[in-house]
Amino acid sequence: MTALDIAGLKVTIAGRDVLRGVDLRLEPGKVHGLAGESGSGKTMTGLAVLGLLPHGSRATGAIRLGGRDLLTLPPKELNKVRGGEVAMVFQDPATSLHPMLTVGRQLTEHMRHHLGLGKAEARARAVELLGKVRIPGAEEAYRRYPHQFSGGMRQRIAIAVALACSPKVLIADEPTTALDVTVQAGVLRLLRGLCDELGLAVLLVTHDLGVMSAVADEVSVMKDGLVVESGPRVQVLRTPEHPYTRSLLESLPDAEVR
Amino acid sequence: MTPLPTTTAPLLAVDDLVVEHRTPGRPSVRAVAGASLRVGPGEVVGLVGESGCGKSTLARAVCGLGPVSAGSITFEGEPVMPLGLRKRRHTGVQMVFQDPYTSLNPRRRVGDQIADGLRTAGDTATSPADLLERVGLPREFAGRHPHEFSGGQRQRVAIARALAARPRLLIGDEPISALDASAQAQVARLMRDLAVESGAGLLFISHDLSVVRLIADRVAVMYLGRIVEVGRTEEVWAEPRHPYTKALLAAIPHPDGMGVLPAELPGDVPDPAAPPAGCRFHPRCPLVMDRCREEDPAFGPVACWLHEPK
Ligand SMILES: Nc1ncnc2c1ncn2[C@@H]1O[C@H](COP(=O)(O)OP(=O)(O)OP(=O)(O)O)[C@@H](O)[C@H]1O
Ligand SMILES: Nc1ncnc2c1ncn2[C@@H]1O[C@H](COP(=O)(O)OP(=O)(O)O)[C@@H](O)[C@H]1O
Ligand code: SF4
Ligand SMILES: [Mg+2]
Ligand SMILES: [Mg+2]
Repeated sequence: MTALDIAGLKVTIAGRDVLRGVDLRLEPGKVHGLAGESGSGKTMTGLAVLGLLPHGSRATGAIRLGGRDLLTLPPKELNKVRGGEVAMVFQDPATSLHPMLTVGRQLTEHMRHHLGLGKAEARARAVELLGKVRIPGAEEAYRRYPHQFSGGMRQRIAIAVALACSPKVLIADEPTTALDVTVQAGVLRLLRGLCDELGLAVLLVTHDLGVMSAVADEVSVMKDGLVVESGPRVQVLRTPEHPYTRSLLESLPDAEVR
Repeated sequence: MTPLPTTTAPLLAVDDLVVEHRTPGRPSVRAVAGASLRVGPGEVVGLVGESGCGKSTLARAVCGLGPVSAGSITFEGEPVMPLGLRKRRHTGVQMVFQDPYTSLNPRRRVGDQIADGLRTAGDTATSPADLLERVGLPREFAGRHPHEFSGGQRQRVAIARALAARPRLLIGDEPISALDASAQAQVARLMRDLAVESGAGLLFISHDLSVVRLIADRVAVMYLGRIVEVGRTEEVWAEPRHPYTKALLAAIPHPDGMGVLPAELPGDVPDPAAPPAGCRFHPRCPLVMDRCREEDPAFGPVACWLHEPK
């Protein structure tokens, strides 16, 4: 079963081909890791799914979600999909969270807008979500502002906001890159748990092959706007076929100790 | 705390440094609470620790950008003066920041910004394109503006710009966190090579021990304003002694393809405005003893009662 199917995705920005035919398949309950060097097009792939490409870009190919092609969807429809069926988490929780709104407001606004929930219902669900991402004192946290939390907690809150409307697909672009390894460990456990429990299809963009190895089921590697290798985690990380994947693994700080 | 002796006279000496952030109406935050550190010429020192432990505050104080409450900082034998008391910015120290947006001007071509640094150093032989090449970017990117780069590419530009001024001490505050794995190692090595080659010291701040391990001669581990362990990198890596250092190492996920989730360290870094009594790590330490709750292990090279110097 496929939750999201990206086929032959090409993106041109200001005459430059940044994606040159990307194929990716996300499955429910699976974390699909996307690795690759800086500038290879990982972020652009995620943004294309969300319909958030920079102004003046052109996208061709197909991004299929439940029988629809997101690339040809009218803007209004796409708006419904984004934040509804497809949600996102970015590297910097500040990108996903509004600094001037309480955590509770950000959680419930989404639900009321996308799910049409009443005030009390939305509130109850928000508190439940905060508990799910393991924010201590959820009732109290509901009334606080993002800056009153640590970086790790802010990222957990951003994940809670992303989950508010029970998405089928979660795009997480370097969600732990800005976090400490100790905090990262907690967020990775959380992501893995949510994926298993809720049957989410996760596209995890990360340049960290350690992170990839910890949570991804499938791994794809990008280079110059193309996916050069794709397969089960163990296969790609232990017996990589593409020379580029091999060079990525060999360049790791602890390559010699593996 | 007595820092490990370096083989050469220190380029930078930080002794019992205390830096407090004061915000009106709030208790003052003692972000650096008695930290000592040495960096020698041509030496690479890695400073690691969780977010909020005071790494950036320490780095900023070294650049003369912080209010020093107690202790001392000397650079090339001279006390470092706060910025306001000096006529010119000392260009001997260059810093690469965590966030390239703060250091790059969005409206100017990156080549022009790098050229400023070259002029400061009186370097007429090197071109901005040469520096871009050294940080692994195509030469023709000199004509582009910062927004035309991906996050990782932009950080390389910031590094090229800092290197252009030929500093005697280069400080990188999480300079590679935004780069991909292969580039992290490359750029970290590059920063090391360029520093060592020119006889400059490098203070390399990161929350990621695995990269620090690759380039640092010595590593200092910071927790809640204190250096809790300092030692030669390979020794700390092979045999971490402070329980916090052990936790940091255990949290690093390994790219072995096995799907193993790294170990969690429970709790957040406590608020430096209200640090725990006794050992600052005791509320999170798996090996905590009664003594730890009351007495502060204020010694080195490992600030832990299990490693009290004889
Ligand atoms: N707004 C933009 N205008 C023009 N080109 C852009 C823009 N944003 C990104 N690019 C280019 O598109 C390509 C892909 O960028 P993308 O952000 O997807 O990289 P990435 O794989 O996410 O890299 P990183 O690991 O550094 O985040 C790069 O060559 C980049 O320079
Ligand atoms: N300008 C400031 N005003 C008040 N508190 C600050 C300021 N800058 C940092 N702090 C506090 O000082 C502590 C150390 O911060 P910082 O040096 O930035 O840590 P690190 O770089 O290790 O993440 C944190 O508790 C932080 O909230
Ligand atoms: S002094 Fe005690 S609490 Fe502190 S790190 Fe050592 S064992 Fe743990
Ligand atoms: Mg990116
Ligand atoms: Mg910092």
